[in-house]
Amino acid sequence: MNFLIGMVILVIIWQLVKWVGGYPEALLPSPLSVGKAIIALIVEGTLFEHLQVSLGRFLAGYFLAVIPAILLGMILGRLPKVWQVFDPIVQVLRPVSPVAWSPFIVLWFGIGNMPAIVIIFIAAFFPVLLTTVAGVKKIDRSYLKIAENLEIRNLKLMVTFIFPAAFPSIVSGLRLAVGTGWIFLVAGEMVGAQSGLGFLIVDSRNTLNLDYVLAGIIFIGVSGFLLDRLIGLFEGWVGKHWGMTART
Amino acid sequence: MSTDVIEVTDVEKKFVNGKESLHVLDQVSYRVKKGEIVTLLGKSGCGKSTLLNMVAGFEKADGGTVILDGHEVKRPSRKCIMLFQQINLLPWRTVLKNVELGLEGEKIPGVEKNKRIMDALKLVGLENYLHQFPHELSGGMQQRVAIARALAMQPDVILMDEPFAALDTFNRYFLQDELLRIQEKLKTTILMVTHDIDEAVYLSDRILIMSSHPGRIFKDMPIKLAKPRDRAGEDFHQYRKRILEEFELSGNHQEPEYII
Repeated sequence: MNFLIGMVILVIIWQLVKWVGGYPEALLPSPLSVGKAIIALIVEGTLFEHLQVSLGRFLAGYFLAVIPAILLGMILGRLPKVWQVFDPIVQVLRPVSPVAWSPFIVLWFGIGNMPAIVIIFIAAFFPVLLTTVAGVKKIDRSYLKIAENLEIRNLKLMVTFIFPAAFPSIVSGLRLAVGTGWIFLVAGEMVGAQSGLGFLIVDSRNTLNLDYVLAGIIFIGVSGFLLDRLIGLFEGWVGKHWGMTART
Repeated sequence: MSTDVIEVTDVEKKFVNGKESLHVLDQVSYRVKKGEIVTLLGKSGCGKSTLLNMVAGFEKADGGTVILDGHEVKRPSRKCIMLFQQINLLPWRTVLKNVELGLEGEKIPGVEKNKRIMDALKLVGLENYLHQFPHELSGGMQQRVAIARALAMQPDVILMDEPFAALDTFNRYFLQDELLRIQEKLKTTILMVTHDIDEAVYLSDRILIMSSHPGRIFKDMPIKLAKPRDRAGEDFHQYRKRILEEFELSGNHQEPEYII
C-alpha cells in the first residue's frame, strides 16, 4: 500500500516538473508516453525477453560470487594472521568500480553474456567476503568454547557452529550484494551485450526513444526492489527456521 | 586404583601484562572423588574460575599438574563438560537439537542415542519442550537444557562456573534442588565454582575455601549435613558462620568492593 502511495507521489512530481518546466518530450518524456512504452514492451513481450536474460546473467554472476565469497570468508575469518595479509589487498580492490575493469573484461572474456556476469561477480563478491569475515571474527567466544568442549572440529565445526553463528552477518552481506550487483547489471550490459535491460536502454538511446529509456529504468528499479524484497523474505524464513532473527 | 577423578597438584598460574605480573594461583592442590559435589568458594578475582578452566582444559597451568581420570588434561574433552553462567546453547538449534549436539559424532546406535537424549530431557523435566528454541525458554529452563546435554554425554565430571548466578532466587533454589535430585540418582561428579556461600553449603559435600592474591586453597571443609538440607536450619547457619570466619582468617583484609 505504502509502495503504491509512494509511486503515485513520484508520478505526480514528475508530471508537475514537466508542466512547470515546460520540457519537450525529447528532453523529458511524460508519464503518459512512458506508460505507453511500458505497455508496448509488455504486450510485445520484448520486456520479458530482456528481463529474463538480465536475471539469468544476474543470478549467474551473483551465485558465482557469493558461494566462493562465503566459503573463503569463513576460512579467512578463522585465520586472523592470514586475513591480515589479505585485508589490504581486498581494501585496495574493493573501491574500484567493477566497470573500470571493463577493458580487461572484454579482452579476457569477449562480449555477450560474460562481461555482465563478470562485472556482477566483482560487484557482489567483496561485500559478501567482508561481511562473512567480520561475522566469523565476532562470533562469541562462548560458542567456540562449547565446540572445543564437545571436541567438534574442522568441517563439522564450520557447518554446525561457524556458519550459523556468522549467518546474520552473511545475510546482510548477501542483501548488500543483491543491491550492488543489480546496480552494475546495467553497466555490464552496456559493454557489448545484445540483449538485457541494460541493452534495452542503450539501444533505445541510440534510436532516441527516450520514453523507452525511462521505461527500462523503471523496470530495472522495480525488479531491484522485488529482488530485495525476496531476499528479505528469505532472511525472515531463515530467522524463523533457525530460531534467530537476523538484524534488518 | 584411586577413586580420585580430579587430581590437581601444585598448580601455579601467573598472568603477565607488560611488566606487571599477577600471581593468580599459588601451589594449589586438591582432589575430587568420584560422585562428590565439590565447590570452589571465593571472592571474585581469587582465581577460582581459572582453576576450573584448567580442569576443563581451556587454560594451561604454568606449573603443577591437572589429572582427570588418570590422564593429564591437555585440552578440553568430552569427558569433562563445562556449564557456563550465560551461553551454553546454540540459539539456532531447538532444545532437542541442542541436546543431540552432545552426542553427534558418537558411535552409538540411533535407538540408544535417542533414548539417552530423551532420558536426559525427562530428568530435567523438559521432555515437552523438544521443538522450542532457546529464546522461547526462561533462563532457568535454558540451563536445564544445558544440564540435559551434559547428562546425555555421560561425562566423568561436570564442571559448573556459577551456572545459576544469572537466575532469580526462586529459579536458583529450584534448580539447586533439581541438581541435587539428579545427582542423587546418577552419582555424577560435580566440581563447581561460586561466590554464593548459601549455594555452596546447600549443594556441596565439600567446600574448598579460597583466599585471594595469590589464590590458595585456604580450607577444605566437609559439609556433613544430610541432604536435602534446610536452608533455614541451625546447622546451616553454623556452617555459614564458620565459612565467614574462615574468610576473615584468610588474612585478606581488602577494601570492600562496591558494585553499583
